[in-house]
Amino acid sequence: MSGDPQRGRELYLTGCQSCHGVDARGIPGTAPSLHGVGAASADFYLSTGRMPLDDPKSEPDRTEPAYDRKSLDDLIAYVGSLGGPSIPQVDAARASLSEGQRLFTENCAACHQVVSRGGVIAGAFVPTLLEATPRQVFEAARIGPYVMPRFGQAQLSDHELTSIARYVQYAKHPQNPGGWALFNVGPVPEGLVAWLIGLLALLLVIRMLGRNEAP
Amino acid sequence: MRRRRALPAGPPLRERDRRAENLTLVLLLCTTLAGAGFIALYFAKPDTQFLGAALGLALVFLAAACLVAGKRVVPQIEVEKERPELEHLQEQDEVLAVIAQGGEGVSRKRFLLAGGGAVGVLGAALLTPVLSCGPEANRILSRSPWRRGRLLVTERDEPIAAAGIVVGELVTAFPEGADKEDIASPVIVVRVRPDELDLPAERRGWAPDGLVAYSKICTHAGCAVSEYRYPLYDPTAPGPAVVCPCHYSTFSVTDGGRRIFGPAGRALPQLPIEVDGDGNLVAAGDFSGRPGPSWWGVRQ
Repeated sequence: MSGDPQRGRELYLTGCQSCHGVDARGIPGTAPSLHGVGAASADFYLSTGRMPLDDPKSEPDRTEPAYDRKSLDDLIAYVGSLGGPSIPQVDAARASLSEGQRLFTENCAACHQVVSRGGVIAGAFVPTLLEATPRQVFEAARIGPYVMPRFGQAQLSDHELTSIARYVQYAKHPQNPGGWALFNVGPVPEGLVAWLIGLLALLLVIRMLGRNEAP
Repeated sequence: MRRRRALPAGPPLRERDRRAENLTLVLLLCTTLAGAGFIALYFAKPDTQFLGAALGLALVFLAAACLVAGKRVVPQIEVEKERPELEHLQEQDEVLAVIAQGGEGVSRKRFLLAGGGAVGVLGAALLTPVLSCGPEANRILSRSPWRRGRLLVTERDEPIAAAGIVVGELVTAFPEGADKEDIASPVIVVRVRPDELDLPAERRGWAPDGLVAYSKICTHAGCAVSEYRYPLYDPTAPGPAVVCPCHYSTFSVTDGGRRIFGPAGRALPQLPIEVDGDGNLVAAGDFSGRPGPSWWGVRQ
């Protein structure tokens, strides 16, 4: 995967410079500088379709990437040439799934929900991770896109982060020993079902209590 | 629909059901025991799970006793008899005998004793928790393990290096050697850019190099404030804040834990911190206010 920074620069000038500026140093109040963000950021934002963004004030959301693979590589090569971390090598198969689950529960589940179906936090939507690749999970944790907090080396080592990425892959199709996963969206539908079953049971009890036994 | 029928002559309306009576008595006794268990647990081992189980059991036993008594002990047949005016003393006696007959099948004294005992103990059990509002409560709610010089540690009791926390990161910390379950123990530490900070004047020294610490317990209902939003690019995203996932109370981390959204009534208490000689985080004093949900003595 080695893009052509020259062609990337041309693509940049047509697709990105209206917000990030001609020399990619950002436009105050509209978009940040891309110097020093590195190929990792460019890979994350472009390969998840979060950039380019129609309205710089809106929350970037996952869509189909706007560029084909070759153009993506060229753009990433151009942004990477401005300095910053390169794209991480993430081999999820070598990480620990159980450790990943523990770390995901501790660090990610508060917002992303324990089987990564997403949710809301005051001021922003939390995306589902159903389509996230291990590399995108890894990059997002180090970057902290939009309002997501960052996770530095001291808090999550590369190996730990890879374990989290592996758990996210598992959580796309988790085992459901209970049988009925209810779309894995958590306590709300489970509560509704509990209410439904509970109410039916109560009706049954009421019916039994009220039965007339007089001959 | 109930059918009415004439009063049968002679034998009692219903055979006494010994087994049902005994079962009711046993159930009432169980109610009493479960209620007493609640009171004992309250003083010996006040764990809400066990307390709830004891109270729940007491109510289940009481309900079962009422069910059995209602269905199988208390006579259920309505009777009606045409009769002339009561002129003679003898007839009056007969009627009184019929009325007395209606109560047969229940040995009243035992039932009154067992029922009264059960209800009395259960009532006492329900009143016991009032003691929790006593003077002891203030002491429990006011204590804090944080002192100047107390080391901040992770969940695995490791010290926290200040340099290891990057801007935009959230770390949960506890006081070294203290009970992590204590409501005043857990804190969150975040690093923001020092120029973002807008702390009150008297808290200037509380945030070395953009590191700020707040109580992790929401001042609304006591949930763990575990969500953190830190904008990658401020002008196009909401500002840095921690969010409680229970009811979305949102507290700004840059200006002293001020509540900016949600049902919480007051700011998150801030913990003054400093960096010790080894580069680890230590407390520089106690919280700026009482941590945990507000109660009668705490509004600010």
